[in-house]
Amino acid sequence: MSRVRANCPNCGATIEFRWAQAVQASCEYCHSILVRHDLDLAKVGTGTVVPLTPSPLQLGTEGRWHGHGFTVIGRLVYRWAGGGWSEWHCRFDDDTSAWLSDAQAEYVLTRHVTPQEPLPGYEELHTGIVFNHDRVRYRITSVTRAAYVGTEGELPFEYHDVADVPFADARTTDGGFATIDYSESPPLLFVGDAVELRQLELRNLREFEGW
Amino acid sequence: MSSVQVRGFNCPSCGAAIQLRGFQFSQSVVCDTCLAVLDASDANVAVLQTFDSKLRRHRPLLPLGSRGTWKGDPWDIIGFQVRQISVEGVEYHWQEYLLFNPFRGYRYLSEYEGHWNDIVPVRGVPSAGSQRTHPTVSWHDETFKLFQTSRATTVFALGEFPWMVVVGDTVTVRDYIAPPFMLSAEETEDEVTWSLGEYTAGERLLSAFKVEQPLPAPGGTFANQPNPRTGKPKAYWKGFVVLMLALVVVVVGRVATATDRVAAHLEGSFHPGNAQDKAPFVSDTFRLTGRTSNVELTTHSSVDGSWLYLGMSLVNDSTGQVLEVGREVSYYYGVDDGESWSEGSRSDAARVPAVAAGRWFLRMELDGPDQGREIDWSVDVHRDRPGFLWWFIAIGLIILPPIFVSLRSAAFETTRWAESDFAPKAGASSDDDSDDSSSDD
Repeated sequence: MSRVRANCPNCGATIEFRWAQAVQASCEYCHSILVRHDLDLAKVGTGTVVPLTPSPLQLGTEGRWHGHGFTVIGRLVYRWAGGGWSEWHCRFDDDTSAWLSDAQAEYVLTRHVTPQEPLPGYEELHTGIVFNHDRVRYRITSVTRAAYVGTEGELPFEYHDVADVPFADARTTDGGFATIDYSESPPLLFVGDAVELRQLELRNLREFEGW
Repeated sequence: MSSVQVRGFNCPSCGAAIQLRGFQFSQSVVCDTCLAVLDASDANVAVLQTFDSKLRRHRPLLPLGSRGTWKGDPWDIIGFQVRQISVEGVEYHWQEYLLFNPFRGYRYLSEYEGHWNDIVPVRGVPSAGSQRTHPTVSWHDETFKLFQTSRATTVFALGEFPWMVVVGDTVTVRDYIAPPFMLSAEETEDEVTWSLGEYTAGERLLSAFKVEQPLPAPGGTFANQPNPRTGKPKAYWKGFVVLMLALVVVVVGRVATATDRVAAHLEGSFHPGNAQDKAPFVSDTFRLTGRTSNVELTTHSSVDGSWLYLGMSLVNDSTGQVLEVGREVSYYYGVDDGESWSEGSRSDAARVPAVAAGRWFLRMELDGPDQGREIDWSVDVHRDRPGFLWWFIAIGLIILPPIFVSLRSAAFETTRWAESDFAPKAGASSDDDSDDSSSDD
């Protein structure tokens, strides 16, 4: 498969897309955040040199989950009062996207789904309340507010600068996981599983000094 | 891409060099020189808290920076905190160690009075329930019973943490146990996190982290310390069942092969006041067959508000061997203050062991009251009648070990639960299994 290429409108470097349908990319050289209209890239902002939590994952990490291979092609970094976390954009070989969230070395793989019943409203949100999706019962275990602090690589949507995103995490009794993102109305629901890195058969991980 | 580098900086409070073993995963770090808590997530490393010199300093038993192989992976000990709870005005504190591996994440070790737990985060929410009235949670088909709810406060910290550690931070902790495991929920206003601890021998940690200095010996009984007799009562009761079945087989065999035959039957009447009836007399001879075994002399009488004494001698017709048995039957009854009563019995059975085969006769001598009604009596001579007394003694002997082991096991549970929120109070009854043994201390 030949990869889609374009040039950075800011510095002229070649941007090579790992995923042909990526809506947003960032320039590895000047850290400009670029949006495609189609292959005319427009600079919409300047990313920080992502302060980036030192995840063992990186752009280009490959793995397998439930029989499908995936490649890590993008990343969103959030920051909240208790620290930061990354949402790695994983593109699967069946042409779907999933998010591998990496918070303090705890990993969760989720996909965007359409809620079947109304999600708890942000005002009524607190730990312990439950909601159902696809006949699975989720219990809210944490409520946080976070801000985007950077992006990297390719994303399936256009970056919008949201300073303060309310989030709720929910878990099931057997390792199922859901995140509700209250940045939009109605809120976005992501469901999936808590995973261990070793379950994902990862290749091309970062190295850590001394390990 | 280049590898992730260890980050180092100088403590803004005292200038000491600090290296982050947990890379930028670490959100906060405590300077081991001045004990200031620093914000490691910030490039400028702000001081979050300086050490209050009035506070007690604690020394980790396992040194920070140790790398060991534990449960198949390498782990660094990067953080240490001491947390404290207060129960009825008494303060208890324990140590917690944070272990880090950039590919495996975090796990924890805790130590309280020599008792260690190996703790991993739980990726789910155990479901709540109750056992009778005792609150429980279920996790992976295991039921954990609530042991204690407390407010735990961080009173000392050292090293790095993936969260903003602050001395004075307080969380609500609920500990549920299924020894050797313990599920703990730590709850703040915004977050509930669950972790699973497994009771672990301190020596295993010493060798894993190559620590030379010995650890304090465990004192008392810890919440999820495995009962040394776990499974033993069950095994002993299984053994009891096996022995009982064997006993039943033996008893059935004994009953099936017993001769159990009436070899002779005597009967007559005793007339009080008739001196002749008190004179000795003998029965016809009768044959006792089979191997040497017992003879049972069964007496029935019509005593009614009176008594009859039977002096019975089994006499061997050929050897002259005499086996004497003296028995009395008496039966009284009446009504006193509207209540009817009775005493004694009209019947009796006397067992003579080890009687050889051969021709025997009974020599009888009766005695009775001088007045009263005539007493009819009969004596049956049973050969080889299986008795049950020995079997009952055998049951008593084989039931003792399982009872003993069960009581010891229950006593351990009593000392365990005495430290919990569910300690059996004097006079109050609780719903706990260990109640059975509360008298066994």
